[in-house]
Amino acid sequence: MCLGIPGKVTEVYTDNEMRMGKVDFGGVAREVCLEAVDEVKVDDYVIVHAGFALSILSEEDAMETLSILNEMSMLADEMDEIAASVQEE
Amino acid sequence: MRYVDEFRDAKLVKGVLDEIRRTITQPWTIMEICGGQTHAFLQYGLDEMLPPEIELVHGPGCPVCVTSLKLIDKAIAIASQPDVIFTSFGDMLRVPGSEKDLFAVRAAGGQVKIVYSPLDAVKIARQNPDKQVVFFAIGFETTALPNVMSVIQAQTLGLKNFSVLVSQVRVPPAMEAILSSPANRVQGFLSAGHVNAVMGYWEYLPLAEKYNLPIVVTGFEPLDLSRGLQMLVKQLEAGTHEVQNAYPRTVTKQGNLSAQKAIERVFEPCDQQWRGIGMIPMSGWKLRQEYATFDAEQRFDVGDINTQESEICIAGEILQGLKKPIECPAFGTLCTPSNPLGATMVSSEGACAAYYRYGRARTRQA
Repeated sequence: MCLGIPGKVTEVYTDNEMRMGKVDFGGVAREVCLEAVDEVKVDDYVIVHAGFALSILSEEDAMETLSILNEMSMLADEMDEIAASVQEE
Repeated sequence: MRYVDEFRDAKLVKGVLDEIRRTITQPWTIMEICGGQTHAFLQYGLDEMLPPEIELVHGPGCPVCVTSLKLIDKAIAIASQPDVIFTSFGDMLRVPGSEKDLFAVRAAGGQVKIVYSPLDAVKIARQNPDKQVVFFAIGFETTALPNVMSVIQAQTLGLKNFSVLVSQVRVPPAMEAILSSPANRVQGFLSAGHVNAVMGYWEYLPLAEKYNLPIVVTGFEPLDLSRGLQMLVKQLEAGTHEVQNAYPRTVTKQGNLSAQKAIERVFEPCDQQWRGIGMIPMSGWKLRQEYATFDAEQRFDVGDINTQESEICIAGEILQGLKKPIECPAFGTLCTPSNPLGATMVSSEGACAAYYRYGRARTRQA
């Protein structure tokens, strides 16, 4: 139930005094309540739970995480190579 | 899909798991609070790729599982009344009450409807002015925003035929209940990222301090889960107890202030009964007095309710991380997703349902 899915905001509008919008989830579009994400604009990515956007995704933070993990993965490769060369000796 | 595919990269996951293997020197017991994370671990087979030193225990973060039996019986009683349309998230319909479930009410002619969003329930109320529409507002902090917004919208629209049956639970008091139990084995927590997206993680700092235990805010994709574990193992091995954020693209320390404000406008803290666990002080939210007209418990008189739990089911011990689903004699035999004895076998976040669905019983016995 705490499942949250990232999607791209394609439209922002007001309906029944609530800020609503259309969000695209990899080809499937849904109406989502954007009331709690004050700064949201078209082309932002949001995490959506039960028809509500909970937060705007930070591209900068996503890139930073991936860059740390890339380094970790490269280190793992190097360690594998070292282990292999030690075994050969 | 963006923000999904990158975080399922098998090569990067392997790199993180290798890093865990390099760091770990002794056994650690780690609880993932959130049932969604339990399912993700099993779905991707990550639990079987971890070094043997790590024992994952599954937490109570399954709202469907911990909604009290008394409230489910109340839901069934309200849904059975004439002129009521009872609306709910789909998972709740098969949760066993004392005598039956909500599906049985529907089979007997009751109007029970599944909704994706609480706002859909409000829409149903507008379309059916001659019916009483009730929404089963269950959930952790993540779902509190959708739930309160349905009440706020019903108020804005002046709807007199909409009410909510509330069972809201909160994570930090449950963590504290687990940690203060004499039977506790948990040495570190993966915190549920989408709860933190709403509430932030400042509330967790005193918990980490008081119980000398690390907590890492964690997302739901394989790379997020691996990264959360890696940060937690690093802290455990170093003997530190900080609250760290492994899900910064979604979570900030202060959380979503607009959402918190909306929740506080409609709800106030209260003691809460957790199914299988018992009463946890100030672990829930209830409607404030100003919103009492939207309270289904006040609107419908359902008389006295005597609850009766299954005598075999060990869901309570599973929800507290004391036992695993495969330790239950009824698992996969008397109790299956199509004929569940307890809510943990029903929900898409229940640990028993995850073990059943991803074949962990067979793996362990082989």
